[in-house]
Amino acid sequence: MTEKMEKQDKKGRVPMPEQDPNVRKRNFQEVPTGYTPAMAQEEAARCVQCKKPGCVEGCPVSVDIPGFINLVTKGDFTAAIRHIWSMNALPAVCGRVCPQEIQCEGKCILNKKGLPVAIGNLERFCADYEREHGTGALPPKAAPTGKRIAVVGSGPSGLTVAGDLIQKGHSVTIMEAFHKPGGVLVYGIPEFRLPKAIVAQEVNFLERLGAEVKCNAVVGRTVSLDELFEEGYDAIYIGVGAGLPSFMNIPGENLIGILSANEYLTRANLMKAYKFPEVDTPIPLGKNVAVLGAGNVAMDSARTAMRLGAESVKIVYRRSRDEMPARKAEIHHAEEEGIEMMLLTNPVRYLGDESGRLTGMQCLKMELGEPDASGRRRPIPIKGSEFEIKTDLVIVAVGSGANPLLTQSTPDLALNKWGYIQADPETGKTSKRGVWAGGDIVTGAATVILAMGAGRAAANSIHKYLTWGW
Amino acid sequence: MFPIVAREEMAQGTVILNEIEAPLIARKAKPGQFVILKANEEGERIPLTMAETDPAKGTITVIYMVVGKSTALFKDLKVGEGYQDVIGPLGRPTHVEKVGTVLCVGGGTGVAVLHPITRAMKAAGNHVICVIGARNKGLLILEEKMKAASNDLRVCTDDGSYGHHGFVTDIVKEVLEKTPVQQVVAIGPVPMMKAVSAVTKTYNVPTMVSLNPIMIDGTGMCGGCRVSVGGKTKFACVDGPEFDGHQVNFDELTKRLRAYCTEEKQCYEGYCRLND
Ligand SMILES: Cc1cc2nc3c(=O)[nH]c(=O)nc-3n(C[C@H](O)[C@H](O)[C@H](O)COP(=O)(O)OP(=O)(O)OC[C@H]3O[C@@H](n4cnc5c(N)ncnc54)[C@H](O)[C@@H]3O)c2cc1C
Ligand SMILES: Cc1cc2nc3c(=O)[nH]c(=O)nc-3n(C[C@H](O)[C@H](O)[C@H](O)COP(=O)(O)OP(=O)(O)OC[C@H]3O[C@@H](n4cnc5c(N)ncnc54)[C@H](O)[C@@H]3O)c2cc1C
Ligand code: SF4
Ligand code: SF4
Ligand code: FES
Repeated sequence: MTEKMEKQDKKGRVPMPEQDPNVRKRNFQEVPTGYTPAMAQEEAARCVQCKKPGCVEGCPVSVDIPGFINLVTKGDFTAAIRHIWSMNALPAVCGRVCPQEIQCEGKCILNKKGLPVAIGNLERFCADYEREHGTGALPPKAAPTGKRIAVVGSGPSGLTVAGDLIQKGHSVTIMEAFHKPGGVLVYGIPEFRLPKAIVAQEVNFLERLGAEVKCNAVVGRTVSLDELFEEGYDAIYIGVGAGLPSFMNIPGENLIGILSANEYLTRANLMKAYKFPEVDTPIPLGKNVAVLGAGNVAMDSARTAMRLGAESVKIVYRRSRDEMPARKAEIHHAEEEGIEMMLLTNPVRYLGDESGRLTGMQCLKMELGEPDASGRRRPIPIKGSEFEIKTDLVIVAVGSGANPLLTQSTPDLALNKWGYIQADPETGKTSKRGVWAGGDIVTGAATVILAMGAGRAAANSIHKYLTWGW
Repeated sequence: MFPIVAREEMAQGTVILNEIEAPLIARKAKPGQFVILKANEEGERIPLTMAETDPAKGTITVIYMVVGKSTALFKDLKVGEGYQDVIGPLGRPTHVEKVGTVLCVGGGTGVAVLHPITRAMKAAGNHVICVIGARNKGLLILEEKMKAASNDLRVCTDDGSYGHHGFVTDIVKEVLEKTPVQQVVAIGPVPMMKAVSAVTKTYNVPTMVSLNPIMIDGTGMCGGCRVSVGGKTKFACVDGPEFDGHQVNFDELTKRLRAYCTEEKQCYEGYCRLND
């Protein structure tokens, strides 16, 4: 939009201040720097306080959006955050990573003109304001019930269950396979999009409430579900995510320089390899990087590669721009940072040298045909359109599946045909008595807010069970 | 923290033993399984096989060769100090059953990994012949323990300073010529496992090897540890680390192990300079 139009439209969104693309593309600090209180109040004033708010329908956990926005307008940020917390335990995270354009903001009445209220930015503002200015006082906790719950996995789903149940007076232990809690929020989503200090503070909040966090506990290996019951746990929640990387299964995939996005991002984020050699874990530094896929994971990988000094970074995607599943804001940010979009292109083989290192990739051009099962137009290869691109680092971000480590060790847990755990969509109950599941391990790779929503539903069901029985 | 309760230096200080307090892991571990260790906040996650476990005492023992920055850092840890993180038990346990005669072949620190497997094979009722090797006499480890764990122990050194002068493969051939063997287990440097597998293939004896690709999580979530076995990609941390030696693409593994050689050198030299 031109500047002139912005001035004419007095009701335009208050833009989010951001680091300059040319500066931020080489650092790991957060890209959007956040609203000031004045900006937040100005943006909040745009909300027309609908009687039947579409935005709330669009939010998977039904945050009372007009309610909290009204409090922001009045400048009562403390009341606003408390209002959000009643439905959403991790607003600092959701404000930053929810795909708002297809959720709350997508359903905002002002979206008819393409300028919805910046709900995500406001949610983030309230959470950040509380973190910086709040008293840190803990919410009230119900009297101890003497019941013990084990939460397996410390991603957004597990953290939500833990937070809800501890406040209801139960004793909660979180078991995490990695050496640090947070799930994808810590090992997957990069620092420049979600500062790790925010996640650490959320975990610390749970610990201050009395939850125990046990890292280095690989459930299924270190301890089994049945052993947890034998130890005296009354209920178990499984939120282990969808941590199984998919590869392309094309020739040459084991050359050096081809990594799954899980590996690349784990090295960069969890192991802080971008600080190598200050830390001991290395990460390959590509000159000409190609990232396969076009979801959030692909954008995060591409932008990480750029920050690690790549000369060129390409997103290679077999469909067109309209089908790219990443958040709009991330695609926009990636392009601003100089990441090329190589659309309607599909890799068919990798090329390497004698030492087994990647040197290039052979690709095919695609065109779009009829819609497929997902409703998206199916990409079809164009005959004879093979071409080569030069690349020394390929990051494969074409999706993930169910990691069988835990489920294999628990044969009495019913799975669907893709290996995800079968759980009641309303309650999260599994086929195994006393065991609930939710988040990506039930739905397949989805979103933070859906994983949290599943956690909240399961927490309610677990509480009922502990009070009344299965 | 996971404290070190006992420490030993072997093979002229190039190989270190750490007995570590880790009761949950000690209770569950089986021969062939490994742990991932991280010394401190900045540390790398390093996989090491458990050479011994003591469920009653709640300890596990690892034996490792000092080859780079992380293992050098581990070497500097004293009794009473410890590891920030120890994760496990990981990987599939060795398949142990009574098959008749088992030939266990170990090279370098691979002998430490082989020891619990040898013991389990014998306990299962097998007749166990062992061949262990090292570059020279000073670098040989666990000879006494291997003798006790097996029915018949042979030793070789590359330079002839002790035992048979030559490679373990010489003795493997000799044994296979004379004795019917139902199962071979070969653990050591990649070239050794490759050579032993080539020999046993000609005699058509099933051969199990233990692979050591670069790992991070050890739980199947990154795919960094992928190896080619029988033309298929496997994740060594969850599908292995033990595989059929006749199916493994050793050349690919050798190359992949060098993925970070420049960075490793930089890191190790930095650490050595710091400690000079
Ligand atoms: C790079 C990336 C970017 C993303 N960007 C966005 C975004 O912008 N917006 C959005 O909404 N969503 C995004 N997502 C998706 C979102 O992060 C996930 O949907 C969400 O984290 C799922 O939460 P979860 O709690 O189910 O599992 P996870 O966050 O995956 O957490 C599972 C945890 O369980 C642990 N675990 C696994 N197995 C075991 C075991 N056997 N024992 C103990 N612990 C175990 C794992 O180590 C992990 O810590 C992104 C995902 C990735 C990978
Ligand atoms: C399942 C498994 C079990 C193992 N058991 C033993 C054991 O019992 N005793 C023993 O001495 N060694 C064992 N190893 C090898 C050991 O992990 C490596 O020697 C160690 O990681 C080297 O780290 P470094 O920083 O000291 O050396 P570096 O300088 O980083 O590397 C030296 C070489 O070690 C390998 N390596 C580096 N990083 C890793 C990593 N994260 N994971 C695996 N290999 C790596 C590479 O080939 C590299 O070239 C095992 C490896 C695996 C995968
Ligand atoms: S939780 Fe997500 S979808 Fe709901 S209001 Fe907040 S940003 Fe929007
Ligand atoms: S739909 Fe938009 S304008 Fe209406 S209440 Fe929600 S945020 Fe406000
Ligand atoms: S080490 Fe990550 S999958 Fe094996």
